[in-house]
Amino acid sequence: MRPNIKIPEKYRVVIDNDACISCKRCIKECSYGVLDFKDEKVKVKDGCVSCLRCVIECPTSAIEVSEKPSQFAPHAVFSPEIRRSIISQANSGGVLLSSCGANAEYMDIFNDILLDAAQVTNPSIDPLREPVETKTYLGRRPGKVVVDENGKIDLDASETPIVVMDMPIMIGHISLGSISYNAQASLFRAASELNIIAGTGEGGLHADFYPMAKNLCAEVASGRFGVTSNYLREVSCVDIKIGQGAKPGHGGHLPGEKVQKLISETRMIPLGTDALSPYPHHDIYSIEDLQQLISVLKESTEYKVPVGVKIAAVHNVGAIASGIVRAGADFLTIDGLRGGTGSAPRVIRDHAGMPIEIAVSAVDQRLEQEGLRDKVTLCASGSIRTAADMIKCIALGADVVGVCTSAMVAMGCTVCQQCHRGACSWGIATQRPELSSRIDIDIATRRIVNMFHAWNEELKEILGAMGIDSVESLVGNRDRLRYIGPNPRIAEILDVKHSGEGWG
Amino acid sequence: MSKRSENMMIDAGMRNDLGHPLDYRELNRRIREVIASGEDRLVLMNVMGQRYIASATSNPRMRIEIHGTPGNDLGAFLNGGVIEVFGNAQDVTANTMNDGRIIVHGNSGDITGLAARGGTLLVKGNSGYRVGIHIKEFEGKGPNLVIGGYVNDYLGEYMAGGTILVLGLEVEGSPVGLHVGAGMHGGRIYVRGGLEKHQLGPAACLADMDEKDEKVVSNLIDQYEQAFNIKVDRSVPVSKVMPLDSRPFRGHYDSTTI
Ligand code: SF4
Ligand code: SF4
Repeated sequence: MRPNIKIPEKYRVVIDNDACISCKRCIKECSYGVLDFKDEKVKVKDGCVSCLRCVIECPTSAIEVSEKPSQFAPHAVFSPEIRRSIISQANSGGVLLSSCGANAEYMDIFNDILLDAAQVTNPSIDPLREPVETKTYLGRRPGKVVVDENGKIDLDASETPIVVMDMPIMIGHISLGSISYNAQASLFRAASELNIIAGTGEGGLHADFYPMAKNLCAEVASGRFGVTSNYLREVSCVDIKIGQGAKPGHGGHLPGEKVQKLISETRMIPLGTDALSPYPHHDIYSIEDLQQLISVLKESTEYKVPVGVKIAAVHNVGAIASGIVRAGADFLTIDGLRGGTGSAPRVIRDHAGMPIEIAVSAVDQRLEQEGLRDKVTLCASGSIRTAADMIKCIALGADVVGVCTSAMVAMGCTVCQQCHRGACSWGIATQRPELSSRIDIDIATRRIVNMFHAWNEELKEILGAMGIDSVESLVGNRDRLRYIGPNPRIAEILDVKHSGEGWG
Repeated sequence: MSKRSENMMIDAGMRNDLGHPLDYRELNRRIREVIASGEDRLVLMNVMGQRYIASATSNPRMRIEIHGTPGNDLGAFLNGGVIEVFGNAQDVTANTMNDGRIIVHGNSGDITGLAARGGTLLVKGNSGYRVGIHIKEFEGKGPNLVIGGYVNDYLGEYMAGGTILVLGLEVEGSPVGLHVGAGMHGGRIYVRGGLEKHQLGPAACLADMDEKDEKVVSNLIDQYEQAFNIKVDRSVPVSKVMPLDSRPFRGHYDSTTI
């Protein structure tokens, strides 16, 4: 018996030889080494991951990638994916890695929620002609308003620092290391142009990016990579990363292959070593300990930047969130089960946590009950794919949504789930210079700006249709949502009425 | 111009109307004011557990003398200067220290030196659990931690660089606990008085001392002797703990596309 059993190929690549002009472009484009040129023809080998780079780059559209029809014999319980995993683990004995968000068929509750609109009894607003406000404030609410002598609200006078963003959107934390220099530069530049915030991820901040620091949120994770007092003072806010929706309770592991010069300088670690982030922060075993890290960050930044805490949505999320607010966090990020990652054990990615829809509503309700909701900015992330998801998420209770995967899709990502292999053909999740140069920073920036601009316009359209003139009035406005899914118990937990139920 | 001649002094035990000593926020605000004014010597008297003292201090000429017991997170994100404690320090001393020097004339608590990447920490007495966790080094710059007495379990866990020396003064038997260097993938731990293999954590191993190691240890002992005015008997053998691999978890994962 062979020691390794081959896992059947998943995708089939077909070259239309009539259309092909033998330009050999696809051979260069494929970073997985699947395509070759032999006997004047493009030859296809094993290993296609359906990243679609060749399909999109081929000048004559001569390439077709499809799922291979010759799959495992159908079985309702042993899905092909389960069988493939077992074969692979029997081959390697390893913990299976993957990337992007959960790829299991868990409920996508956003799709089971419908928005309300204004008819007769309350007028709708035309956002093209009347102002609809999407400005969003991140930070601890002071609980009082200071008005200057001109009658203007004086934001600087409040004791707690507040960050003003033009949209209720934050580009989530994606570290340099998990993505390329060009990809991160594009995200940061887009955030500056849009006047929103982008997360740095846990890898520190590259020297080139300091000029954009006013639109960046520094992440302090258990590895403390690249975290210096100077860095903390330059950025607009600081986030303590406790967890991530894609891998609750898990640490970080950037393999040595990716720790090249650029990454080693930014993270301040030697070339080629694994960058390991411990699973917990070893100075935080309790809410009281968390309070200490929040306080020391505030002391170190002289109370000039808001300090937040990011956790994965786990089953007890309401109580944990309450503790975090009491510990002094100025903002709180909940990352749902379907949130993305550059690398995570598949078993955690697909099986641990809770969907963001339930988590954000649970946290909003809990903080409200305890009189804490007004103190804090609540950010929610974990597969906010479109403006519709964003709007529903805000109505479920979030002040701000965090977006990662969609911003990467705007740059070219096709959600092929190969980020952990470091060979991203789109130049995003890779440190190979010949691949990362595929991202043109100007173009990628423009595309991200376009996408978020469109989302914000869609947000205004919806707000107008609902007769709401400021996004702040949508926050936690669950009365304007209705549930239309299969499980009414979910509606109850969401605190959302079922479709067909009126306001009365 | 700095006024080097006179020491600025803050009485941290000063009582307010309610009879409470200075709040940590007030104390730290005053410390920052002194540093910003260009002073480079500061004495804190009657410190009573106030936390986060001198965090993010950067002036390399700054000297802060602390009498009493500073609270947790002393000298966090320290970027330069000297902090000298005439008493015990508590937990997370030198949290993410980048540069500078902390000298403790007593014991220090758990997770001393967490994630430090530069600077020097000298503790005259004992230290707690998880000392030197995840310290790292970059381009020849790494932290040096010297503990005079005994250190508890998980010394140098996740260590990615830097140097730890445990002197074991007045300790019978091995001066380190269990799981030494668990998950370490860089740096070096020296234990004067030695340790047994069973005290090592996964990914760590014992290695022979070479000439370079002897020099490093001797230099750190010099610094310790000078700081505390103590003579260390240099005839006691020193053991060295090293990572097995700079990539301890290679092979643990399977990247196959499913
Ligand atoms: S890119 Fe298209 S046209 Fe060029 S060699 Fe490949 S299949 Fe042929
Ligand atoms: S970033 Fe690259 S590797 Fe990761 S999912 Fe997107 S296209 Fe695939």
